[in-house]
Amino acid sequence: MGVLRSIGEWFEHRLRLKDAMAQPLTHPVPRSSASWWYVFGSATLTTLILQLITGVCLAFVYVPSAADAWQSLEHLNYSQPLGWFLRGMHYWGSNFMVALITLHVIRVFLFGAYKYPRELTWIVGVLLLLLTLGMAFTGQVLRWDQDAYWGLGIGAAIAGRTPFIGPRLVHLLLGGPIIGGETLTRFFVSHVFLIPALLLALVGLHLLLVLKLGISEWPMPGRLVSRERYRAEYEALLEREGVPFFPAAAQRDLCFSGLVILAVVVCAAVFGPSGPKGPPDPTLIRTVPRPDFFFLSVFAALALLPPYLETFLLLTAPVVGIALLVALPFLSNTGERSFRRRPVAVLGVILIVLTLVALTEMGESSPWSPVMNAWSSLPTPPQYVKGRTPLELQGALLVQGKQCRNCHSLGGRGGQRGPALDDVATRLTRDQLIRQVLQGGGNMPAYGKHLSPPEVTALVAFLETMHPSSEPPEKAAPVPATPAAP
Amino acid sequence: MSEHATNLSAPTSRRSFLLTLGIALNAIAATLVALPLVGYIFAPARRKAWQAWVALGAVDDFPEHQTRLATYENPFTVPWDGRTAHIPCWVRRISGDTFQVFAINCTHLGCPVRWFPESGLFMCPCHGGVFYEDGTHAAGPPPRRLYEYEYKIQQGKLWVRAGQIPTLSEPV
Repeated sequence: MGVLRSIGEWFEHRLRLKDAMAQPLTHPVPRSSASWWYVFGSATLTTLILQLITGVCLAFVYVPSAADAWQSLEHLNYSQPLGWFLRGMHYWGSNFMVALITLHVIRVFLFGAYKYPRELTWIVGVLLLLLTLGMAFTGQVLRWDQDAYWGLGIGAAIAGRTPFIGPRLVHLLLGGPIIGGETLTRFFVSHVFLIPALLLALVGLHLLLVLKLGISEWPMPGRLVSRERYRAEYEALLEREGVPFFPAAAQRDLCFSGLVILAVVVCAAVFGPSGPKGPPDPTLIRTVPRPDFFFLSVFAALALLPPYLETFLLLTAPVVGIALLVALPFLSNTGERSFRRRPVAVLGVILIVLTLVALTEMGESSPWSPVMNAWSSLPTPPQYVKGRTPLELQGALLVQGKQCRNCHSLGGRGGQRGPALDDVATRLTRDQLIRQVLQGGGNMPAYGKHLSPPEVTALVAFLETMHPSSEPPEKAAPVPATPAAP
Repeated sequence: MSEHATNLSAPTSRRSFLLTLGIALNAIAATLVALPLVGYIFAPARRKAWQAWVALGAVDDFPEHQTRLATYENPFTVPWDGRTAHIPCWVRRISGDTFQVFAINCTHLGCPVRWFPESGLFMCPCHGGVFYEDGTHAAGPPPRRLYEYEYKIQQGKLWVRAGQIPTLSEPV
């Protein structure tokens, strides 16, 4: 011990760290901020450090070349000892980092901590949020599998919708005319050098601002922020009930950060890394591209937006959203901080969170997408072929063979793009069925050119049997309808 | 502080001259570094036309009245492109020398459309875009028909003009 102490003193004599560290460590913070609600920011920083460490380790093996990146990830997964675990930690670390920074933003918003004098802290925080999402997107590209390839295709298609500079933007994004070797190196540099450097610089600024302005106190309903009095009130509060940051507040940060790292380790060990999925070969078109979890909500929104609004919203919504976030502390600079007196803020958060959760959930199941292999992999449920005539059975074969089930389900299995066919006869008469099959409509393609008249007869004969035994099929009105189609 | 301030505001002292010279030199140096740097990074955005004729194969490889997947090597590649240099497209031989060659990318957001000969439809796995066999829009969110390559027949081969990813603002 004596030796250690003297070594420590040798360094201290030269570095003089004690005094330099003492002030930031023990600076007084409001007693009310020593709370479990104030731990998300520090935990986000912890995951960032974990990402830096695991990321550097992955770069020992990863090859940022379009020809070899995928193989190097497979090598990490299966050949390099513990490579799978490192990849798992980096993947789960990114999930936790996005989740924690989101919680942190929500907490700061609900507590009104972005108000005077902490506007700049908030703006830097917004930039940190965007950079974190940038890391998530670029990281997903570095996986360089089918999803990454077609994800870049989606990115290029969005960039290509920009008026005037669209084509140039696409080529800038891809580093060339099409997704290839120079695309991957661009995203590698962004993910490994550019964005991390910006992140670290802005984290430094964020922490400096937190130290200079003090951690915001727990918002009390009725205690209004005013530009004239706030600083004096905050100083008085620290005088009255200030506690040293370390250990009063830091102990909770320490515990929570430790738990987060443990959770990342456990997730990595139990669930392992993500992908890589199929190799990045664009000629392998039997693929169903999906983005990572964080971007599923965007993916879903792109399926659900009305086409006439799509380009407009794609290009303006991110700009408006970011502008609103940056402008927030100026739009509501003073006044009430407590969420108990800010119902609109609370409802806003609930609305946004519910929207994102709902969109993510929909993105997960993608009911708008045809199930590409439903026609060949899902057999007709036996109850729908029992007791049918040969003509009707031929119709059942056509439902399979003409890919109807890619969009229509039977017995709960199949696509959900169109309505289920289990009870279609209760909704459409024979004539309406013929018309719908031949001419399409209501977002269904017309099949007139690809069904012969006998096939249409068989198909409709089968569809007419599709009703529950308790419910009769829809009958045509007594007045003869105009004969539908040829 | 005040001493420095006086020195700085002194009209033509040697110190203020050197300081001005120093700032000017560095401004020039920074520009000389920054301009090529910007040019280097933005180089891919400067070239306008990324198109060249590539052969898809012998005309007879494509049976009449059928639509088949063909692949070509992108004319603009780097040696480390790997498999990404191989680009697929759909070739529809209507009859004789009349073809339609569609880009693989859905016009909605660029996902790969898949051809189903039984129902004569192209379906997209991402957001449910559907196209008829002639490339026209059948269902779903795509804002236009499938992108079509310009083609020609020379020496018994089918050629297309290709090279860049088709987008709404630059369809092939």
